[in-house]
Amino acid sequence: MNKLVVASIGPASSVQDGGRPGAQRYGLVPSGAMDRLALAAANTLVGNEPFTAAVEVGPFGAKFTARGGAVRVALTGAPRNADIAGRAVAPDTSATIADGETLTLGFARGGAFSYLAIEGGISGEPMFGSLAVNARAGLGSPYPRPLQTGDELPAKAASGAAERRIELPAATDAPIRIVWGPQDDEFTDETKRLFVDSEWKISATSDRMGYRLEGPTLKHLHGHNIVSDGTVDGSLQVPGNGQPIVLMPDRGTSGGYPKIATVISADLGRLAQIPAGRAFRFRAVSMAEAQAEARKFAELLRTLPERLRAIESVDLNIDALHDANVAGHAVSAVDAGTWHAVSLADVAGPD
Amino acid sequence: MAATLPPPRLLPSGDSAITVEFSRKIDDAANRRVLALDRALTAEPITGVIETVPTYRSLLVHYDPVQIGFKELGERILALAQLPVPAMTKTRHWRIPVVYGGEHGIDLEDVAKTLNTTPEEIVARHIAGDYRVAMIGFTPGWSYLSGLADSLHMPRRQNPRLLTPAGTISIGGVQTGVQCLAGPSGWHLLGRTAVRTYQLHRDPIFLLEPGDNVTFTPVDAKTFAEQDRAAEAGEFIAEQIAP
Repeated sequence: MNKLVVASIGPASSVQDGGRPGAQRYGLVPSGAMDRLALAAANTLVGNEPFTAAVEVGPFGAKFTARGGAVRVALTGAPRNADIAGRAVAPDTSATIADGETLTLGFARGGAFSYLAIEGGISGEPMFGSLAVNARAGLGSPYPRPLQTGDELPAKAASGAAERRIELPAATDAPIRIVWGPQDDEFTDETKRLFVDSEWKISATSDRMGYRLEGPTLKHLHGHNIVSDGTVDGSLQVPGNGQPIVLMPDRGTSGGYPKIATVISADLGRLAQIPAGRAFRFRAVSMAEAQAEARKFAELLRTLPERLRAIESVDLNIDALHDANVAGHAVSAVDAGTWHAVSLADVAGPD
Repeated sequence: MAATLPPPRLLPSGDSAITVEFSRKIDDAANRRVLALDRALTAEPITGVIETVPTYRSLLVHYDPVQIGFKELGERILALAQLPVPAMTKTRHWRIPVVYGGEHGIDLEDVAKTLNTTPEEIVARHIAGDYRVAMIGFTPGWSYLSGLADSLHMPRRQNPRLLTPAGTISIGGVQTGVQCLAGPSGWHLLGRTAVRTYQLHRDPIFLLEPGDNVTFTPVDAKTFAEQDRAAEAGEFIAEQIAP
């Protein structure tokens, strides 16, 4: 049986797919990829359905070795140096790892998560229709936890298909768009203006449950406790210290802090890829605009196969890699090493 | 024409969910309307609705904005939410065994002291209650129950504990709860149950539903240990006494 063996990996790397919606009424959060477009693009490159399970690789480096035969993969998401036995692998391309060869991934540059899709998907036992890891709930397959060195991912034999690249919309530093609510009436108009007029940074104490933001203190109108209500990916909770937390795919399903705003679904992946410490802004949009963007995003996902291109020459490959490295915002090993897990109690509130 | 109930507030939770808010407080009448709307949406599904999440005071409706917009979904939810709340029929009633105090309920003595009574009296008050699952949330199977006696209301701990055991039965504010997985909690720990409200590879995986009725019955530590082994093997342990 062909397989990909994890030869080395840092924390915050796990198998993820489109997640498992449907059981939030029982307290089970869907989980799933932090950057859905990158996941879908990686899968499209190797001919999989867009939300097939893939490896979500955190900000650190990783190595994967093919055993039992060749394995075809694709790499998208946060740009990083990548090579197979010394042959460079450009971002947003597919590549085949021959039996015994090792794919080496460097630290993320200018992003947080990369996606390594495997042709034919990852074999595992789905729970609620998903292989996505949710370690707290004991869910995920082949391993119900983040990946560790020595783990084995069963794979199909490489098809030998020609390698492809995928042309994705150009990356943008535009503000992250939000819609107000559900509890923006717990804040004054002045505080709301402060929120959209200020620069924010993602704290190093951030993870798949939530991204803590650093910036001005947002004051509550009536205190920081509300009766718990439901949360979504992108909920902007404001706990007692006035520093917002953006809830991410491993959030608690309910929370007891007021939520001033919600990141629009089309911008969630872009937010997930903002590296710790880089300044960014929010921009409030109308519900009509947010839903129009959601429909555009769905159309982009649907038409990803039309964005596949042949890889004409090795030169192109190297150029693409070079561009990515130059354009990327450098994240040093030290920066990546400062990532800490968020406490569940801090993210979900007092209930 | 039948009298309609006051409309809930429709609060946007991003472009793919609506918080349908019936009250800002913990309110039994509001929770009944939440559960009634939840049932109505199950009985007459609206195309584009993905799932619903009942809480004490609101129903979160997740939907696909490609299939239905905020305005249209909001109007249809408002129409459903203002229908009279039907009587709850065929409500399931569970009896959940609890070992109170000692190492299993490390806050029982302190709760008794704070409320100027004995640990025995705290247990008596807790098992006298008829509770309803108002919501399940936070982590898998964490069931928040309404119906806690006024004489057991007390503020949450100043410093939440980072780790409390699986199966913890606790009180906090005006609520009591059944916690399934080990995790953080700011509530007062009265005891533990062997019942798993969430257990993989068991049918059903989730034992309790929002709206179910729950009562507690005391057991000794030896019984708890036996029940814990049986529960690990997949037994419910909780006894369904109705319907």
